[in-house]
Amino acid sequence: MAARKTTKKPNVSADELKKYYRDMLLVRRFEEKAGQLYGMGLIGGFCHLYIGQEAVVVGLEATAEDGDKRITTYRDHGHMLACGMDPDGVMAELTGREGGYSKGKGGSMHMFSREKDFYGGHGIVGANVPLGAGLALADQYKGNGRVTFTYFGDGAANQGQVYETFNMAALWKLPVVFVIENNQYAMGTSQKRSTSTPDIYTRGEAFGIPGEAVDGMDVLAVKEAGAKAVAHCRKGDGPYILEVKTYRYRGHSMSDPAKYRTREEVQKMRDEKDCIEHVRELLLEGKHATEEDLKAIDKEIKDVVNKSADFAKESAEPDVSELWTDIYVEA
Amino acid sequence: MPTEILMPALSPTMEEGTLAKWLVKEGDTVSSGDIMAEIETDKATMEFEAVDEGTIGKILIEEGTEGVKVNTPIAVLLEEGESADDIGEASSGGSASSAKEDAREDGGEDEDDGESRAASEPVAASPAAPVPQPDASPDWPEGTEMTKMTVREALNAAMAEEMRNDDTVFIMGEEVAEYQGAYKITQGLLDEFGNKRVIDTPITEHGFAGIGVGAAWGGLKPIVEFMTWNFAMQAIDQIINSAAKTNYMSGGQLGCSIVFRGPNGAAARVAAQHSQDYAAWYSHVPGLKVVQPYSAADAKGLLKSAIRDPNPVIFLENEILYGRSFEVPVLDDFTIPFGKARIARPGDDVTIVTFGIGMTYALEAADKLAEEGVNAEVIDLRTLRPLDYDTVLASVMKTNRCVTVEEGFPVASMGNHLSAVIMERAFDYLDAPVINCTGKDVPMPYAANLEKLALTSTKEVIEAVNKVTYR
Repeated sequence: MAARKTTKKPNVSADELKKYYRDMLLVRRFEEKAGQLYGMGLIGGFCHLYIGQEAVVVGLEATAEDGDKRITTYRDHGHMLACGMDPDGVMAELTGREGGYSKGKGGSMHMFSREKDFYGGHGIVGANVPLGAGLALADQYKGNGRVTFTYFGDGAANQGQVYETFNMAALWKLPVVFVIENNQYAMGTSQKRSTSTPDIYTRGEAFGIPGEAVDGMDVLAVKEAGAKAVAHCRKGDGPYILEVKTYRYRGHSMSDPAKYRTREEVQKMRDEKDCIEHVRELLLEGKHATEEDLKAIDKEIKDVVNKSADFAKESAEPDVSELWTDIYVEA
Repeated sequence: MPTEILMPALSPTMEEGTLAKWLVKEGDTVSSGDIMAEIETDKATMEFEAVDEGTIGKILIEEGTEGVKVNTPIAVLLEEGESADDIGEASSGGSASSAKEDAREDGGEDEDDGESRAASEPVAASPAAPVPQPDASPDWPEGTEMTKMTVREALNAAMAEEMRNDDTVFIMGEEVAEYQGAYKITQGLLDEFGNKRVIDTPITEHGFAGIGVGAAWGGLKPIVEFMTWNFAMQAIDQIINSAAKTNYMSGGQLGCSIVFRGPNGAAARVAAQHSQDYAAWYSHVPGLKVVQPYSAADAKGLLKSAIRDPNPVIFLENEILYGRSFEVPVLDDFTIPFGKARIARPGDDVTIVTFGIGMTYALEAADKLAEEGVNAEVIDLRTLRPLDYDTVLASVMKTNRCVTVEEGFPVASMGNHLSAVIMERAFDYLDAPVINCTGKDVPMPYAANLEKLALTSTKEVIEAVNKVTYR
């Protein structure tokens, strides 16, 4: 584990570390399974895997309280699992079955859970940013002290509506944490080729929005920065930007051959910066867990994921009558 | 039990591919994420990664093989403690990944697959009522006291009443608060409700439309004013992709109670970018409700219904009508339901269907035609989605002739849609083809004489009626 700045003995409990390990592993194993089901033709269309970026959502969810909201783009499976949505319902939505979160009508990119305050799952790059600010506006209007995590990527950071939103969020002091998940590639275009500023969070300065860059491969660093951002918003000081530097191991979607970067580049990140390996080492070196303990967690996660895959295969396709439901809310 | 590794589908359309290169050989151990092979799909050469840990027991398909069908076993993976001798077991079924029984290429043998295919075949037809049953009930009780009111005053009153009734209703838009509204529709609202509920936005339609939709999901009932609908094209992605579709995409979890409103259509001498009727555009979209009132009573009753509706409502006003006065009932709480057209003038000889400012031409034409002994029935649709087909069809079945009137462009217009429905459901009742009076198929010109020509007119409506009545 080279090039990581975290202290070897972080101020974090064994239980907390184990939870991060478990939560990140769940996302990774789930996504690997989703990739496999895609390969078998059980998942169709577009499918964007979160593998490599797990520390971002797990670190930020560790700072969320009940009633806080989250909204993201189409690379959304990790966010759903991290906020406690049922892996069965997520996987069944991927296979387009009635047991899915959207009854099979949304798919990979469009899933929601009112219960868990997860507001999607949005397929239009950048569109979820004003939507997230709107959720925050509703909370501010009600004066309930809640915060909205609005996730988007380095690619979306070049959309005009993001800056329209920065302006209004700053003007109205909306309680929204803008989380830029900078995985360095907007589909096949590297940040260098698409973005005029090396640190995207600095774009907030023009609007008076404070922000910082965070090592997104280190769940503890993400959590620490997230706690600071959330406290800022909850206090009523307005929005905050976290640019979380992360990396996706897989292609943009399942059908991306990823020729815009070298195999060595990906392998180097896996070998040196992997977020799960990091916590694994902290657990072992801090003697918080044995190899056997971790194997048991691995097994437990594997079972959860296999169960979700079984559920997603066995759940029926939506009834044909579903074609005509949910177009309108009945008055 | 050994696990079969199957030829993967690596794009939404891939059915077969070339196994270009193996990057592992028999006896190699692999773990999750290791690249095992390069596969050429219909689009690109892709790397194929291992999902499970194990040892490559046997390679079943040699590299360079073309046309390998998706889900064909290409190798066998051994788990800890297994040897190549166990391989027979894998091919005889029941592999650990249970891949084979779920693969879609397995055809009829697979029970699950057979069921799913059968279920996906029939597409349920949209329910259609064969006999039109128009709702002819009056909009308010007979003998109700009436008062004169402009459309502007009616819209303002509707918002103020609903804001008094429901704390979650608020309005946002450009110049709605301190300026008192670019067209003075929001006059006085800031004074009564304060700047928390009457919010001036920057000039940033895309952004504030999205914020409005998010606020609706967060439990509020926003009224988003566009200074004109022309500017809402900047925001149309949020209106359609976010507001209209999300309830469906969420399986009914995320309804969006929001009103988008503002002046629509041609005003006077403002040329192409500021003169366009969006009625047909928004009526095209499932998930939206679309309203275009003509009278002040309808403006008030329909806007109150729109604010209460749990769905996104497109409320299309007209600048020229803002200052016109109409009779409005004096009632504490008066609403007009969606999907109910109004017969503005009864008649037997021809049906003129219109909405919004189209009513001006239709009523003028009907007056002049009456002088010549032709009794036109004028229908004001009021709401375009849901659309009151029954009132239109019942009228056409009575008059046997129909003319539609609107200011929008002719291609894919509301009139086109009505003509198609009338043809499908009342073909045998028609004595003449339906004629659509619309704006001309040109961007709106600035010059006064050309602008007049670009719009439809009373004269054109009369000519159309003369044609369908063979006069």
